[in-house]
Amino acid sequence: MRIFDPHIHMSSRTTDDYAAMHAAGVRALVEPAFWLGQPRTSVGSFTDYFDALVGWEPFRASQFGIAHHCTIALNPKEANDPRCVPVLELLPRYLEKDGVVAVGEIGYDSMTAEEDKAFAAQLALAIDHDLPALVHTPHRDKAAGTERSIAVVRESGIAPERVVLDHLNELTVRMVKESGCWLGFSIYPDTKMDEDRMVAILREHGTERVLVNSAADWGKSDPLKTRKTGDAMLAAGFSEDDVDQVLWRNPVAFYGQSGRLALESDPAAAEFAGNSILRGARK
Amino acid sequence: MTGWLENALSDVAADATALRTVFPAVGRRVGRGPSDVPGRTVDDVARVRLLEAAPGAAAELPGLYRYGDAAEKRAVLYGLSVVDTGDAGVELVADALRTNDTRLVTAAMGEYAATHLEDAAYRHGVLKCVFMGIPLAEVAGLDRRTDGELLCMLRSFAAERAAAGREIPADLRTLLNEQDA
Repeated sequence: MRIFDPHIHMSSRTTDDYAAMHAAGVRALVEPAFWLGQPRTSVGSFTDYFDALVGWEPFRASQFGIAHHCTIALNPKEANDPRCVPVLELLPRYLEKDGVVAVGEIGYDSMTAEEDKAFAAQLALAIDHDLPALVHTPHRDKAAGTERSIAVVRESGIAPERVVLDHLNELTVRMVKESGCWLGFSIYPDTKMDEDRMVAILREHGTERVLVNSAADWGKSDPLKTRKTGDAMLAAGFSEDDVDQVLWRNPVAFYGQSGRLALESDPAAAEFAGNSILRGARK
Repeated sequence: MTGWLENALSDVAADATALRTVFPAVGRRVGRGPSDVPGRTVDDVARVRLLEAAPGAAAELPGLYRYGDAAEKRAVLYGLSVVDTGDAGVELVADALRTNDTRLVTAAMGEYAATHLEDAAYRHGVLKCVFMGIPLAEVAGLDRRTDGELLCMLRSFAAERAAAGREIPADLRTLLNEQDA
């Protein structure tokens, strides 16, 4: 089973996770820029994070045979903090970097006026930089937030097939499908969505334009949820080709719209800026 | 793809701030293979051309360096020899010399460093190159800036290597022999 995890925050994960993901079949992933457990208080905190997403983290992934890409954005929660908002001015520099395959995560957290502004401005950036957009749908008031997100996407003029709305559930899947946008599902241990509910959604709505991710981060999450969903699909009677479509071909097609996917990871370089991931002397 | 570079050259000639979005895209547009210039890649050469083409590039260099990946930073360091930044580039060279990235350290020790670095910084730059295995042929200005103190540091480095039973780089041995002759 070859797997492309279209949404996983590897900066929060260990090298053990990378090894386990590779063993499970993960060969490529996208790490969206998002908030951290600890709120940021300055633009510099963002730029160091973005530098890691296009620098150190792809290097770390490459050591485990996994191709790492990322999305760059001011996330919805921190769009409410005036100390963070000026990072918007720096985004054009980062949106032209090689490993950046979308603008994201953008969208809503609490649906404030500040979030409206950042969301619209960043959809415009996606158009300017010829990139797809990854839209986070809010955890609270999800149905209303998703509806409003679809309206903002429509207003922006970006083509719906260049947008994915993520963290969908049974109540939001239909409206997103009808919008023409891609459908993203985050499979979590207890919340959001689990693999059996995911299988039921795939049965009802089909495998087209569907992206399944682990969204693993610094919270309770599981970087192998993509593989577990693939296994659950097979157990439920889906074919290997269906699994390949959902877990590989769909994310390749979606992020491939950036023209910047490079799916061969290059583990040749043993050091990044003079640092290796090895600790102590080699055995 | 050369069409892309021609367009980019005229964009940055009209407005140097266009460098901010053009610079990161160069590698995937023109390639990253070796160029006609020894030691430099096709994207290195294209980026330096872009800097030369942009009036006011000097004001953009610090930002291009700060937000650049390793390839962009390297090109900014090369660019210091073709864009007049006065002493403002010294800070960028100093940053590059603090890294452990041989590509950046090599690019930092170009003609600009040979002209602008103070003695102590220049000596440590040379020593760092030797320590990291960067060929001395890549270091600019050795003929005119090698002084007694630098030789003393290099001899001490060689002695330390010899005592540890480790190899002394051939080009360092040659340099020290020439000085002794």
